[in-house]
Amino acid sequence: MAFDYDKYLRPGKLPHIWCPGCGHGIVLKGLLRAIDACQLEKNRTAIVSGIGCASRLPGYVDFNTLHTAHGRAAAFATGIKMAQPHMNVLVVGGDGDGVAIGGNHFIHACRRNIDMTYVICNNFIYGMTGGQFSPCTPTGDKASTTPYGNPDPTFDIGKLAIGAGATFVARTTAFHATQIDKLIAEGIRHKGMAVIEVLDDCPTTYGRRNKFRSVVDMMKRFKELAVPVAKAATMSKEELDGKFVTGILHREERPEYCEQYAQLVKRAQNL
Amino acid sequence: MSTPRIEVIEQYCKGCSICVEFCPTNVLEMDGFLVKVVRPEACISCMQCELRCPDFAIKVHKD
Ligand SMILES: Cc1ncc(C[n+]2csc(CCOP(=O)(O)OP(=O)(O)O)c2C)c(N)n1
Ligand code: SF4
Ligand code: SF4
Ligand code: SF4
Ligand SMILES: [Mg+2]
Repeated sequence: MAFDYDKYLRPGKLPHIWCPGCGHGIVLKGLLRAIDACQLEKNRTAIVSGIGCASRLPGYVDFNTLHTAHGRAAAFATGIKMAQPHMNVLVVGGDGDGVAIGGNHFIHACRRNIDMTYVICNNFIYGMTGGQFSPCTPTGDKASTTPYGNPDPTFDIGKLAIGAGATFVARTTAFHATQIDKLIAEGIRHKGMAVIEVLDDCPTTYGRRNKFRSVVDMMKRFKELAVPVAKAATMSKEELDGKFVTGILHREERPEYCEQYAQLVKRAQNL
Repeated sequence: MSTPRIEVIEQYCKGCSICVEFCPTNVLEMDGFLVKVVRPEACISCMQCELRCPDFAIKVHKD
């Protein structure tokens, strides 16, 4: 056995509810390996989610967990971190939860640079509700609500997070299983808002409609389309069209929100 | 080196076949909606099956 997941799983909760081959299980395993690598204490760690298949993840893990309202995970996580700044706060959720209904909370958590780690499972679709298109559905792809192909341009979550002010932004895929834990661990160690996007597979509502024969086909496509940051730097915009740049996309140091707020409290008390 | 022991937790396996496809030495096969260890002696302990299974359903014990 390469890793003992059982010590972090709530007893009696498996098998999980996700469909056969659903990438959320792969992200869950990566998250647990990252938490282990960072030696986070269970009692000092909170894992927060909104609503969706991805958002069911906290229910399986033995930490302080909070399953909140659709799109509101970042807001609840902000509350926890402000009240208990010593806590390690992680958010997990889907593309729909994070950047559709929750997009506003997401960008403002990035802007504040609050110290949390946001793992966003981007499977390009609203999986839980039967495959409606999300802001991350690739243009032209089929969803239950875009039977003739999605006419909308697609959100680039990495660029959105960087533009909004997140100070650590990374991307990987469900194929790159060992990179998932490495990037989440880097995000946990980073002081400030860390966003890790994992391109994830939903064979049930996205794969089938978009002519993937199997979940393994979806994995292979992630392998083909991923371009590491260093290689991407040598490629033209045209060459990168339709590809996914993977690795650490952005890292900077900027004052962290809880620390700034604590200083404000001190200033106010000394007036 | 002794042959690794491959443990399949049948109640967790959903038959996605990820482990079968990623095993480099064809140790595993699908048997309907359940994975089956058919050539344990060919296992090279690469751990790909255990790493990639989304369902915590397969473990490779090296000793
Ligand atoms: C306020 C509100 N609006 C809509 C819904 C219905 N709903 C539940 S999950 C979901 C989308 C989830 O998609 P995503 O976050 O991408 O997660 P996935 O299921 O793909 O993992 C929607 C629209 C809801 N539960 N609450
Ligand atoms: S519907 Fe899609 S996202 Fe939801 S559990 Fe099934 S495969 Fe996963
Ligand atoms: S450890 Fe490697 S060789 Fe052995 S069964 Fe798993 S994938 Fe196959
Ligand atoms: S990867 Fe896991 S769930 Fe899928 S067939 Fe193999 S053991 Fe079963
Ligand atoms: Mg989704």
